[in-house]
Amino acid sequence: MNALPVPFPTAVTEDHRDLEALALRVREHCLRMAAGGGCFIGASLSCADLLVHLYSRVLNVRPETLDDPGRDYLLLSKGHDVPALYATLAERGFFPVGRLRNHLKTTDSIYWHPNCSVPGVEFHSGSLGHLLAVGIGIALDIRLRGGRNRVFVVLGDGELDEGSVWESCLVAAAQRLDNMVAVVDRNGLQANCRTEELVPLEPLPAKFRAFGWACRTVDGHAFADLDEAFAGLPGVSGRPTAIVARTVRGKGVPSLEDRADRWFASFTDFEVEALVRELHGGGPATLVSEGKVVR
Amino acid sequence: MRARTTYEQALAALAAERDDLVVLTAENRAHVRGLPEALGARFVDVGICEQTMVGAAAGLALRGRTPVVHGLATFLTLRAFEFIRTDVGLPRLPVKLVGFVPGLLSEANGPTHQAIDDVAVMRAIPGMQVFCPADLDELVEALPHIVASRAPAYVRYTAAPPAVAHVEPFAIGKAEVLSHDEGVSLLTYGPLLREAEGARGVLAARGVPVHLVNLRTLEPMDEESIVDAVRPAELVVTLEDHFHRGGLHTIVAETCLKHHLAPRVLGLDLGTSFFRPALLPDVLEHEGLAGARVAERILDALCHREANA
Repeated sequence: MNALPVPFPTAVTEDHRDLEALALRVREHCLRMAAGGGCFIGASLSCADLLVHLYSRVLNVRPETLDDPGRDYLLLSKGHDVPALYATLAERGFFPVGRLRNHLKTTDSIYWHPNCSVPGVEFHSGSLGHLLAVGIGIALDIRLRGGRNRVFVVLGDGELDEGSVWESCLVAAAQRLDNMVAVVDRNGLQANCRTEELVPLEPLPAKFRAFGWACRTVDGHAFADLDEAFAGLPGVSGRPTAIVARTVRGKGVPSLEDRADRWFASFTDFEVEALVRELHGGGPATLVSEGKVVR
Repeated sequence: MRARTTYEQALAALAAERDDLVVLTAENRAHVRGLPEALGARFVDVGICEQTMVGAAAGLALRGRTPVVHGLATFLTLRAFEFIRTDVGLPRLPVKLVGFVPGLLSEANGPTHQAIDDVAVMRAIPGMQVFCPADLDELVEALPHIVASRAPAYVRYTAAPPAVAHVEPFAIGKAEVLSHDEGVSLLTYGPLLREAEGARGVLAARGVPVHLVNLRTLEPMDEESIVDAVRPAELVVTLEDHFHRGGLHTIVAETCLKHHLAPRVLGLDLGTSFFRPALLPDVLEHEGLAGARVAERILDALCHREANA
């Protein structure tokens, strides 16, 4: 097996127009997946920039190296933001973009949570608090084999309510897995509530540090910030790293931004077209589905 | 007499043959104490973190490893149940879950430690193999087969001395038939085989012939051996250290339904109750599962039938 090259550190001054254009396309795909049955649109839009950045600039994985044991792994632990993952993978060439139109069709495996038969999806998820543990196993094996590849686990902030997350944080630190990176999509909202009003998580970076992790906070929508954060891994030698990425639920579409009632949504085709126009700078979409979007 | 191979020695020998084998424990080291030295970095103690251990085992299996993971049977199967079902069972990864002190073996620990629903919950997971060796020799003989299988597996651990003189080599999904007499068909698994053999002796002395089956594997079950045992029997007895529901009695019932058989069945098990915590011989006696008590209960059932005939 050919070893993959060591990932490149990215110059912080770099032009990010390519990433911005890609993120716009990914958001448009997410909005289209919210039609005819819907999807978890809020979280998909909040983590879109993170996934676009990771797959474009950080992760050492390409469609041709999907079976290479030397590849970097990304595990989407919260799972319900999978439209953003599928859209990013499709745009990056892991499978045809047209396949996204199969969303919710019984003839394909593209539904509300990740299915690992879709190229690029390393493991299924949907039940919160599982994939840090699975990531520990992958990271342990990489270390056993002397590999330099890394394991990125994307977590939701609401997901941090699960005790298994903190159990796994203890174990990853105890095992000194500095090839692990937790990326928290800190959009401040869980299903129906603001995290700080239900089960407060702050001071979150201090919690990770107290559990033996290196931790830094970044703007999860600023590609230059993300360049810098991901170029500096591991944050501390011998420790796993947590990147708390401050994000906005529904980011990119003002009608959907930072709203507790836009977690899961099913829109009409007409509404989706209006939301896409809004994404591209048009005026606010009129949403007649308002009353039936909350789960 | 040759020295008996311990579980730990058998696992270390397998690990020496198979690079893919890794051993994990949730700080339960009683039966794997020598493995850190033998396996080095291929031994991982995650601490008292059953969920993380099972998830990590899934991750290791994704990378081509065969993880053998250890925990107390009740915490392994129940605390980590959703991780087993979702991360190991659903993708059918070859993770081998070894539960310590299952059934009555938790002795005086009390109900928190009583894994007497473990067969039911593990068997509920599609593709999960369930192994219940009767004694250490059977466990050691089964171990290479269990590890070689690419299916997920749950093993009820025992270090018990030989329950009987075994007559058949171990094979996955094959029961061992220890006596072929027609009359009472006594089906059991795990360390209670010793009690079943004791009961068989008592019954034989009373002129009651016993067809004795040691199931060994509860999933996949040995349907043929169950049918062969049930079909000619005057009375079918299931003997197990498990709740009445979800274990061998349920397996026999499912098999009978499938084959249009309606035998008379006596379930000797823990019913719907946690057992009285005590040392094993006292538990066996108190719960009516000691060999002599099993024989009495079978004779009572036979007499009851004659009285009603």
